[in-house]
Amino acid sequence: MELKQILDFSYELGAVLVMLMIFLSLLRALKGPTAPDRITAISIIGTKTVVIITLIAWIYDQAYFLDIAMVYALMSFITTIGVAKYLEKGAID
Amino acid sequence: MTEIGSFLEILIDLVSLLSLIGGLFFLFVGTVGLLRLPDVYNRLHATTKCDTLGAGLILLSLAVQCTAPVAVRLALIIIFIIVTNPTAAHVIARAAYNTGIKPDLGRRDASD
Repeated sequence: MELKQILDFSYELGAVLVMLMIFLSLLRALKGPTAPDRITAISIIGTKTVVIITLIAWIYDQAYFLDIAMVYALMSFITTIGVAKYLEKGAID
Repeated sequence: MTEIGSFLEILIDLVSLLSLIGGLFFLFVGTVGLLRLPDVYNRLHATTKCDTLGAGLILLSLAVQCTAPVAVRLALIIIFIIVTNPTAAHVIARAAYNTGIKPDLGRRDASD
């Protein structure tokens, strides 16, 4: 009983902490000297957003948020690949 | 019988809590590496491994608590992250190398 309450509270606290880490990663995306630095920061922010969506799915007890998390992971991966290809070749092909 | 059931429940909760704390620790280490390391390749090296492990641990700590269909979806997300995160890092590193960013090898000679 005690442990369940601690666990629920720590999931909410964990979501807030991951959000603060996203803001810290955003500092590198703002500052980063080269373009690959920014792409790295945005890719990392995508992974952390997937973690936040799954934690929110647990907190609000909505299982279909997990499908949204899966689609978000897919879109984040495709975006990273596309921007890196564009940086390398000057075109997406 | 009920004693064994409550013991298992407490064990699952403890595994979940420890896994959540470990995942948050690894995500934090990855963020610190992204902010503090000197080079693109160093930052990729730190953040890719730490973020993959951290996200996997946090999703695992949710998956041991859920029912079977939800746990399967969480396992699919974990497998997807483990497959795609290093691939994205390789593509970024290749783009950085081909656009002419030299790795910082730590050598300091007279020209610096």
